[in-house]
Amino acid sequence: MSTKDEMRSDILTRRAALAALGVGALALSGRRVQAQAGKPDEIKVGIATYLSGPASVFGVPARQAAELLIEELNAAGGIAGVKLRPIFFDEGPGVDHFVAEYRRLVQSEKVDLMFAAISSADCLACAPIAEEMKRPTLLWDCSTQRIFEEAHYDYVFRTIGNSTPEVLAPVLYLLKYKPNFSTVAVVNQDYVWGRDSWTMFKTIVERLKPGVRVVAEMFPRFGATDYSSEVTRLLATKPDVVFNASWGGDLDTFIRQAADRKLLERSLFVLPLGESSLERVGKSLPPGHIIGARGDHWFLHPSPEDAKRLAAFTENFRKRTGVYPIYPCFHMAQAVFAMKAAYEKALVTKGGVWPTDAELAAAFKGLQFPSLTSPVKIREDGQGLANMLVGTTVADPKYSFPILADMVVFPGEMVTTPVGKSSFEWLKTLEPDILSRVPQPVTSRG
Amino acid sequence: MSRYADLVLTLLAAAFVLALSWAVPWLRFVMTIAIAKGLAVLGILLLLRAGQVSFGHALYLSLAAYVVAFMAARIPEVLLLLPLAAVVAASIGLLVGLFVSRYRAIFFGMLNLALSMVFYSMLDKFYEVTRGGDGIRVPVTSFAGVVLSPDQQSWALLILALVLAVGFGAFVRLYLLSPMGSALSALKTREARLEFMGIPARRILLSAYVLSAFMAGCGGALIALSTRHVTPALAYWTASGELVFIAILGGAGSVFGPFLGALAYELTRTYAAALVADAWQMILGTVLLVVILFAPGGLWGIGRALVVRGRQA
Amino acid sequence: MGWLGDNGMLLGLAMLDGLSYAAAVFMVAVGLNLVFGVMHVLNVAHGSLYAIGGYAAASLSLFLIARGMPPWLSIPSLVVSSAIVGAILGPPIERLLRSVSGQEEVLQLLVTFALFMILEDLQKLVWGVQPVVSDAPVKLLGTIDVPFGRDAIPFTSYQLFLLPGVALVTLIGLAWFLRRTLAGRMIVAVTVDREAARAMGINAGKVMLLTFTAGAALAALGGALASPTTSLVPGIGASTIVLSFAVVATAGLGQIEGAALTALMIGLGRSLAVYFAPEFEVVVPYFIMVSVLLVRPQGLFAVPETRRI
Repeated sequence: MSTKDEMRSDILTRRAALAALGVGALALSGRRVQAQAGKPDEIKVGIATYLSGPASVFGVPARQAAELLIEELNAAGGIAGVKLRPIFFDEGPGVDHFVAEYRRLVQSEKVDLMFAAISSADCLACAPIAEEMKRPTLLWDCSTQRIFEEAHYDYVFRTIGNSTPEVLAPVLYLLKYKPNFSTVAVVNQDYVWGRDSWTMFKTIVERLKPGVRVVAEMFPRFGATDYSSEVTRLLATKPDVVFNASWGGDLDTFIRQAADRKLLERSLFVLPLGESSLERVGKSLPPGHIIGARGDHWFLHPSPEDAKRLAAFTENFRKRTGVYPIYPCFHMAQAVFAMKAAYEKALVTKGGVWPTDAELAAAFKGLQFPSLTSPVKIREDGQGLANMLVGTTVADPKYSFPILADMVVFPGEMVTTPVGKSSFEWLKTLEPDILSRVPQPVTSRG
Repeated sequence: MSRYADLVLTLLAAAFVLALSWAVPWLRFVMTIAIAKGLAVLGILLLLRAGQVSFGHALYLSLAAYVVAFMAARIPEVLLLLPLAAVVAASIGLLVGLFVSRYRAIFFGMLNLALSMVFYSMLDKFYEVTRGGDGIRVPVTSFAGVVLSPDQQSWALLILALVLAVGFGAFVRLYLLSPMGSALSALKTREARLEFMGIPARRILLSAYVLSAFMAGCGGALIALSTRHVTPALAYWTASGELVFIAILGGAGSVFGPFLGALAYELTRTYAAALVADAWQMILGTVLLVVILFAPGGLWGIGRALVVRGRQA
Repeated sequence: MGWLGDNGMLLGLAMLDGLSYAAAVFMVAVGLNLVFGVMHVLNVAHGSLYAIGGYAAASLSLFLIARGMPPWLSIPSLVVSSAIVGAILGPPIERLLRSVSGQEEVLQLLVTFALFMILEDLQKLVWGVQPVVSDAPVKLLGTIDVPFGRDAIPFTSYQLFLLPGVALVTLIGLAWFLRRTLAGRMIVAVTVDREAARAMGINAGKVMLLTFTAGAALAALGGALASPTTSLVPGIGASTIVLSFAVVATAGLGQIEGAALTALMIGLGRSLAVYFAPEFEVVVPYFIMVSVLLVRPQGLFAVPETRRI
């Protein structure tokens, strides 16, 4: 069955359900207890992503990646012969709606697995529910380090890194390869990630390069349209380094307004989420700035585990959408690959008998699975250990936008907070010798 | 409609909600949220009677939700938390009300919106305390001294919501029939006449405002207790707009309207989201437009018209 | 240079940014204020018109450039695309509003709320979710160095001249139109007293159609003017509404000059906040609104209203 047909039948069943609500027929289907024996007809995956609002910049490409990957997986026979069916839902309307949808998908649609979510608030809200409902849940994109540092879960796993390595890697890169700076400034979105990432930046720099002066700390409104005051202040105070961990439209707007006024020629920018804006801002972003990718997500990764797989995915994604895949696509791929690997691991453990929810959940602990770039491991606390790629922008005649040179792939173990420690405390104990362990930069085949 | 008919209808509606929640477990949560929002909308309806539209009542809803989130660790008891949160919301409502009850029409609406947006910004701003956009997890609470299983707790909250809905519904019905209620309507048509009769219009509006804040507070506490996670998004202006939306959808003519509207709203949204995950707003907007254009009395108005026609036939 | 000198110069820079931001805020709010004054409808869909205006302008200028047209065309195309958006979306929305005009005012407001929800998804269907921008006008106009001590701070001419210029032309043009032309006076007449205007033979329906279309075009122009510097994303309309509502309530009913003054206060206030109290940047518009309404409950430029008995 093609996806379109699947989607239609999906809609039909819901339409039927809608009609049945009045009659009460849905009542029966709702209370039926799920029997777990033998191979199911299909594996249903609930996928929470942003389909509306500013974060749909990430949510929609991730959905496209999921559709592409699941189609390919199904064409190759699914997981142990069982096909997958994704059910997408929008995180846009807020936490209460998200929680309602989560419960509905578990109790009514009987999804086998949940991929949630982009928003850290949604992840924090659903983790305890996942535990309560005993539904294996993969945190596929949210970055808050709080989840596994503040609680223990048996059904919740993160298939990517978290905000600590996402900040630490670019800062280590800065300290190791562009260490000649004495003043810094920040322009971050005014919300938790903007504030937390700046606190981390400051903590790391204070620890590893004491004496750096902060000349401006600015936190414009989330979704701001005008950064002229911020840019003017940066031009006037001339910081050596400008840290900006914004994303989406906000980052694009900031880069453009800064570029229009030559700020990018005066200060070195450190952009931990820059990878996702490169293609859109194009030549506005000149060479020489530091770019992170919330993992080692880069379609020109210098040393992917399987170069052919990465090239094929990039090609197919471009064919479908017209743009290069950005990090949320890679994150989605990691969730899909982790799911496949866990089922296969559980099947092997049980000698080919289909696993129960608990057995599937157990399989995620310590699981090592492939990604589009380098393999990822899920630690015993549920946190993923993923490598982090940082590079410097460079112009390349083959592309209409800057690509990355002098790339460093940080090993996940090196930059991730150890199990049982709080990130903010751990960062305070970093030793200067960590800089000597930073890998050599490489420039790939462009 | 007669008091007897209203009573029967109330019991039938409550039974329907309980039956549906038993039959379809995931609906239990949706229903609780819907009734909680209905409580806040009941307050909007009160102000609508006075011709005033508050575009900021999410302030009281979110305030109470945050009170619950903050205090749940210290007072882990639903039956104490809920009144506490509602009283805090009503007290702030009194303070704000003293200020906004001087204003009418757009200024009333906009000041409410502005204050709720200031609260929204503060929740984000003081993120060391509020944890900003990540929100706060509400710890496990007991119900009447008993720690219930998650399943039992969801039943308890639904029943509590129903009891509050019936109680406040009856109270507001009496309130509207009382001289206070008549004064509210008079405030809408000709405020000066009210003043000439020696009735202080501001105080009339203020008391309705505080009552509406109290009910929104109950709703907010219920939302926090059932979602078990609160975020600043609860205070964003679209959340306030949603409450006004529900008031009109359900119909401002009866105390049944807010709850009917809230249930219809939540169910439409759920099914719209399931049907077309990326265009649910369009469906919701269209539903509202159709209701306004063809049934300005709201869903309650439609139902009533049907009943009346049925009797005539 | 002493502390005072440094800060004095920073203040000067802050003024420049404040002025250009004020111009942007004025352009965002002026259309809403006009519509509100005449029709007494708080148009929530204003934010959507702003967003669609921005998208349309970006699309048109990208199209022109892709066709190899001279890039200077991208500047007039901002105005042209806004006029088109106003002409296409204004009349049908006005028609919808009129169909509920006999009923409570809150219903009209909710019609626009419903339209806002519908347009929000529609805009996503047409332009997708990826940020859209067309920066040809900014690039075309280049930058100007403003001296700052021994240094020079580049500002874009677009920000320093075009934006305030358009705002000033709009302000003066509207003021002239409303005070000096017959059509304008009809609008004012309807604003002050719809019934009396009708009794004097003014076709109130026509006036409203005209005003709403103009208001929609101005909303679109606000978005169009932002499109060369701002990446347009889903949700941009929702955040615009709050700002423009604050301006309208602070300014007073339909007061164009009031909107200009409010925009100026917000622009300068925000800009100063970025330098001297960045913590409070976000709440500046609300702070200004609440303080103004505390002193003048009907807004800055209130028309004294007779008490109806």
